[in-house]
Amino acid sequence: MTYFLKRLLSTLPVMIVVALIVFMLIHLSPGDPAALIAGDSASAEDIARLRAQLGVDKPLWEQFVLWSGNLLHGNLGSSIFTQIPVSKLLAQRLEPTLSIALLTMALTLLFAVPLGTVAAYRAGSWVDRLIMLFAVLAFSVPVFLVGYLLIYGLAIKAQWFPTQGFVSLSEGLWPWLRSVTLPCINLALVYIALITRMTRATVIEVLSEDYIRTARAKGLGVMPVLLHALRNAAIPIVTTVGVGLSLLIGGVVVTETVFAIPGVGRLVVDAVQRHDYPVIQSVLLLSAGVYVLINLLIDLSYRFFDPRIRY
Amino acid sequence: MNIRSYVAIACMALSSSVLCLPMASHAQAKVFRIVPQADLKFTDPIVSSNYVTRNFAMLVYDTLFARDAGGVPRPQMVDKFRYFDGGKQWSFTLRSGLQFHDGTPVTAADVVASLERWQAQDNYGRAMIAAGAQWRANDKTTFSLSMKEPFGQVLEALSKNTSLPAVIMPERLIKAAGNGAVTEVVGSGPYKFKRDEWVPGSKVVFVRNAQYVGRSEPASALAGNRAGTIDRIEWVILPDSNSAMAALKNSEVDMIEQIPPDYINPLRSDTSIKVGTTGASQGALVLNTLYPPFNNEKVRQALLHAVDQAKFTTAMGYPADLRMKYCPTFFICGAPGETAAGAEPYRGADLAKARQLLAESGYKGEKVVMMLPSDYPSINGSGLVAIQTMKDIGLKVEVQSMDWPTLVSRRTKKDKPEAGGWSAYTTLVAAQATDSPLSNFVLGAACGNTQPGWPCDKKLDELRLEWTRQTDAAKRKSALDNFQRQAYQSVLYLPLGQFSGAFAVRKTVKNIERQVGDVPMLWALDK
Repeated sequence: MTYFLKRLLSTLPVMIVVALIVFMLIHLSPGDPAALIAGDSASAEDIARLRAQLGVDKPLWEQFVLWSGNLLHGNLGSSIFTQIPVSKLLAQRLEPTLSIALLTMALTLLFAVPLGTVAAYRAGSWVDRLIMLFAVLAFSVPVFLVGYLLIYGLAIKAQWFPTQGFVSLSEGLWPWLRSVTLPCINLALVYIALITRMTRATVIEVLSEDYIRTARAKGLGVMPVLLHALRNAAIPIVTTVGVGLSLLIGGVVVTETVFAIPGVGRLVVDAVQRHDYPVIQSVLLLSAGVYVLINLLIDLSYRFFDPRIRY
Repeated sequence: MNIRSYVAIACMALSSSVLCLPMASHAQAKVFRIVPQADLKFTDPIVSSNYVTRNFAMLVYDTLFARDAGGVPRPQMVDKFRYFDGGKQWSFTLRSGLQFHDGTPVTAADVVASLERWQAQDNYGRAMIAAGAQWRANDKTTFSLSMKEPFGQVLEALSKNTSLPAVIMPERLIKAAGNGAVTEVVGSGPYKFKRDEWVPGSKVVFVRNAQYVGRSEPASALAGNRAGTIDRIEWVILPDSNSAMAALKNSEVDMIEQIPPDYINPLRSDTSIKVGTTGASQGALVLNTLYPPFNNEKVRQALLHAVDQAKFTTAMGYPADLRMKYCPTFFICGAPGETAAGAEPYRGADLAKARQLLAESGYKGEKVVMMLPSDYPSINGSGLVAIQTMKDIGLKVEVQSMDWPTLVSRRTKKDKPEAGGWSAYTTLVAAQATDSPLSNFVLGAACGNTQPGWPCDKKLDELRLEWTRQTDAAKRKSALDNFQRQAYQSVLYLPLGQFSGAFAVRKTVKNIERQVGDVPMLWALDK
């Protein structure tokens, strides 16, 4: 517990540095939200007036102090454009993002770990080569291309799934599942490829250990041996899964764009394109927080797989 | 009961509740889904001149007058009106039964507050202020306008359907906003905005305004009966064109407001989809007239002599039947302001003449900083042709590639081109933003304006005033010709050719023939 609290506290300086870097980067990049709001027909005078109304004409330090002060009070601010509180915008995006992240990871684990283990057990055989060929292909073909192929084949031709959009779970399990299946398959292919290769490599390494040879010599069957090996190979796999999950929660822009999923990724990209400072700052800061937290949980989970680890 | 039993019961309860939940209550309602041209960024149409905000405004707000399919202003919220004293005095009476979406009646005080706010922002409005316009609410339903000088564009101004339309909002919201934007959306138009269902970047929802009292005349473009038949309209934001096309083919959306040029012909071959035109647009080369070389009138004339409009419109990517080979007017061919006055010397590209004029201009090899947007294919295409055209006549060009939002921000910078400013960029302009000496995005701005490029020609200012004062049609036409002759003399920007955009709609959508121009007239559609 002490270790957990210490680690949690140690994330504070990280978050402060992230906040500062994010703030500086987005404010120093070219672009002006007032010009985008005012539109094509606006004059420089109109834009300057709007800039003052929005408060983006204030000195940078003043804007930073204002933003961090609000942040300390739990106020993430409101979008410059829509005037909707950032917390509400995030809440709107959380369900699609979490749905896709968790389902993608579930699909990934369902396929990648068995495939990687089988490939490791039959290393060098045609089964191994076939699995590796699949992994290389899934990893190499661009995500958007796979997305379009899935839309063409399974949505337009077969009419099994919608081409775009997200349906909330509150509107029914089946409509929700139909809406997230294609994006999840699209994303899972990449993660399956990655984790299959990772599993294969670590299981091959573990299978060559002395204790596995001893277990086999004692007459243990294939399955108990593989399960035993898997537990010992779990740490790198869990680390990769954790990083993958952080990335999925942080947003997967290409897939969200191809399937028009209103997730966190598109929220950030839209905000960056518009220079919607409060949204970018808050979402990136929260994404960094999620990343740090998941890494912490991964570190803690190591003890479960290897009781020798002490903190 | 052990823990497994509890978990099993909880899972069953959760799954049954999720499976058995009724579909959304709007399942039976008539829902129309359209992919808009862009995401809705801002809801106040008097602050934002983006067309998507204008389209939003046309659904939720109403205007005093509206243009019919022929472009003629017709009374909309107004029941009766008359003018006298040579067009200097006007009186108006509102239709009975008009009410805002919050149930309060629309009053003359709301109208006056809305128009005073609009006037300060809009080119037409500013011209009315210059002519001494004063609005006054006489009682709940009547109001008047008095002008110090004649102004022949009152109805055109009040019915304008381009950016910054003269929409009517509640006075209380205008007062509460002060100089800022009105963020609460309470209109009196045919549809109500559902703010609680708005997911920026994904979905904008409107529901039919059951209290809307339509006019007795049939719908004609923005005029006539605008009472909607569709119960619910959803703007589905699909930034990826491929996804939008797939959604249309799969019947997940009913309409795409604007389709990219390279999708027009493939969609035309789909038997379940109809492709229509969204009205005319103009390609334009905007020049910074403050700094060399484009502060020199002769250099600008030289460049205009080198322009081959057909090359530009081809590069924009639109199919041959949607683009014109040549259009001689600044004010849109086929529109009421069409005139060829002053255009003759520029008909067809004449590179020899262009080079000769450039030599006579005293051009000293100053660098042209050309801003080229990389994320807007049509504008990028016309920009590339502009660069080549400039090089062909001997201008020294430095191309700076950037995204459109960066360009929009940078074009407001008044710095010298070599110090972070700019010299030129190409853009596309809808007909309503170029079709008259007041609405034209460059020629409509008087000297002292802060439009990108800072255009200024005092003779044009005088001729514009002359045009606005004309109440007689023949005299107005003559004033327009004079204005264009001078516009071709000072060349404050270069028209690069005319084309039409396209929309796509599923053939199951009814009344699509009522869709005229570039404002989606969703109240007129049915399915």
